[in-house]
Amino acid sequence: MTREEIRGEVLEILKDIAPDEDLSNLDDKASFREQMELDSMDFLDIVMELRKRHRVQVPEDDYVELASMESTVNYLEPLMKDIQKV
Amino acid sequence: MYDTLIIGAGMSGLAAGIRLAHFGQRVAILERHNTIGGLNSFYRLRGRNYDVGLHALTNITPKGTRRGPLARLLRQLRFSRDDFDISPQNGSQIVFPGARLAFSNELDLLRSEVTRQFPEQADRFDTMVSQIVDYDDLTDEHQQLSAREVVSQYLTEPLLVEMLFCPLMFYGSAREHDMDWGQFCIMFRSIFLEGLGRPYAGVRLILKLLVKKFRGLGGELKLRAGVQRIVTEGSQVVGVELEGGEQLEAHRILSSAGWCETMRLCDHGQPVSSRASGQLSFCEAIATLDVPPSQLDYHETITFFNDSPDFHWEKPSGSNNETMCDTRSGVICSPDNFGYEKPLGDEGTMRVTVLADQTRWLALSEEDYRLQKLRWWDRIAASAVRFVPDFRSRVIDTDMFTPGTIVRYTGHENGAVYGAPEKQLDGKTDLDNLFICGTDQGFVGIVGAIMSGISMANMHCLRDEI
Repeated sequence: MTREEIRGEVLEILKDIAPDEDLSNLDDKASFREQMELDSMDFLDIVMELRKRHRVQVPEDDYVELASMESTVNYLEPLMKDIQKV
Repeated sequence: MYDTLIIGAGMSGLAAGIRLAHFGQRVAILERHNTIGGLNSFYRLRGRNYDVGLHALTNITPKGTRRGPLARLLRQLRFSRDDFDISPQNGSQIVFPGARLAFSNELDLLRSEVTRQFPEQADRFDTMVSQIVDYDDLTDEHQQLSAREVVSQYLTEPLLVEMLFCPLMFYGSAREHDMDWGQFCIMFRSIFLEGLGRPYAGVRLILKLLVKKFRGLGGELKLRAGVQRIVTEGSQVVGVELEGGEQLEAHRILSSAGWCETMRLCDHGQPVSSRASGQLSFCEAIATLDVPPSQLDYHETITFFNDSPDFHWEKPSGSNNETMCDTRSGVICSPDNFGYEKPLGDEGTMRVTVLADQTRWLALSEEDYRLQKLRWWDRIAASAVRFVPDFRSRVIDTDMFTPGTIVRYTGHENGAVYGAPEKQLDGKTDLDNLFICGTDQGFVGIVGAIMSGISMANMHCLRDEI
């Protein structure tokens, strides 16, 4: 997957977790916590959705990498580059 | 082989089931009764719909709010706020002799009521509220303190203290006379700082949404599937035997049947720890009126009443059937009086809930039970109309629930509405892969029960998925 495709997949997960959230103006550099007030339960859900949808394992020590859209895509790029978009 | 078996298709069991099925587990919910809901359910009688349990949802924050239990449970279960179709309360009141506190989903109303009637307590009230806002239910070391002691450090007017405790105890204290400070803070926030609301279609809407989502994710719901026995091997559970004899195997079990009730099902021969069971149970007199309550100029959503300066939160006791219910205090709820877009119907409903002595109710013969229901319906209604317009001449149908009803639908010992006073906050048992959720785990109310199911599923049943 390309960076843009990975971003799209993460966006799908966020839409699923918070269907009432308008994500069209999401600032990729700002943290999810700040913009969407996600809590630790939500971050765990992002991790579990990545595993469920893409078989990507995020170890607990790496959760900090999922702070913003930009850092998430940076982190996932090497892990998902060989995954084909369905 | 199931990944997880869940005992009980109430709010907590269904919520847990959704979490597990969503993340790919093979999961079944086993419900003894022929319908879902447990303590919060619904039924149809003589052509009319009734709710059981639910007066109102607590924790109602305005649409778009991202914090708080309601927003969190919507995200965890992947619902939109609009799915729940919640209308806010019109406004409620706490009525004691010589004082009345109105409150709504805006804290400012309660604050101005306190200032008006207890002017010297106003600053003290604000200080207490700021403490409650900052209270962190996960880390606070003062959680187990007596709420009465803590509150009396802030408020020095006993009548105000009693008036604030009354709704919080009615809506969620399993303990007689007092509450834990932690529970007090959670209840205060959920009722006074957040607020009350109700779906137009009542509790059935929420239950149907939960079941539809659970089944849509591949979860199995088995009704009339009472668990006869939880089968153990050493320190593990390996499955259950149903009342019909069927055996089901599972990697783990999450039970909402109650702490004592669950442990008693286990066949490992260990005595059930001598934890005190809950003692607080309710009777509710339900009146269907030929007009909505607004026609009687009654617009309050809920009236909490008490007829003396002291509020008695205890099991009614006495030596004869004159004390089967305690009608000195109660809760009057009108499901019609929420801010719906259109009225519920041409008729109206008044529900009056009071404390009941379950020992006496459960000991009655069938004939006596019918008589006492009629007798106490009249007494409960007579007590309520001291505080709200006399609706009795408009009554066209009645129903009544008693501690016996609660036992039948929930299996809770003693018909204890809020379960055992001592909670198992971590949900663990002495068996490695048996966990509890629901009333005896810690949170009460519909939002609380759903959060209990979610958090116990996350903590104990989804760890392998992370």
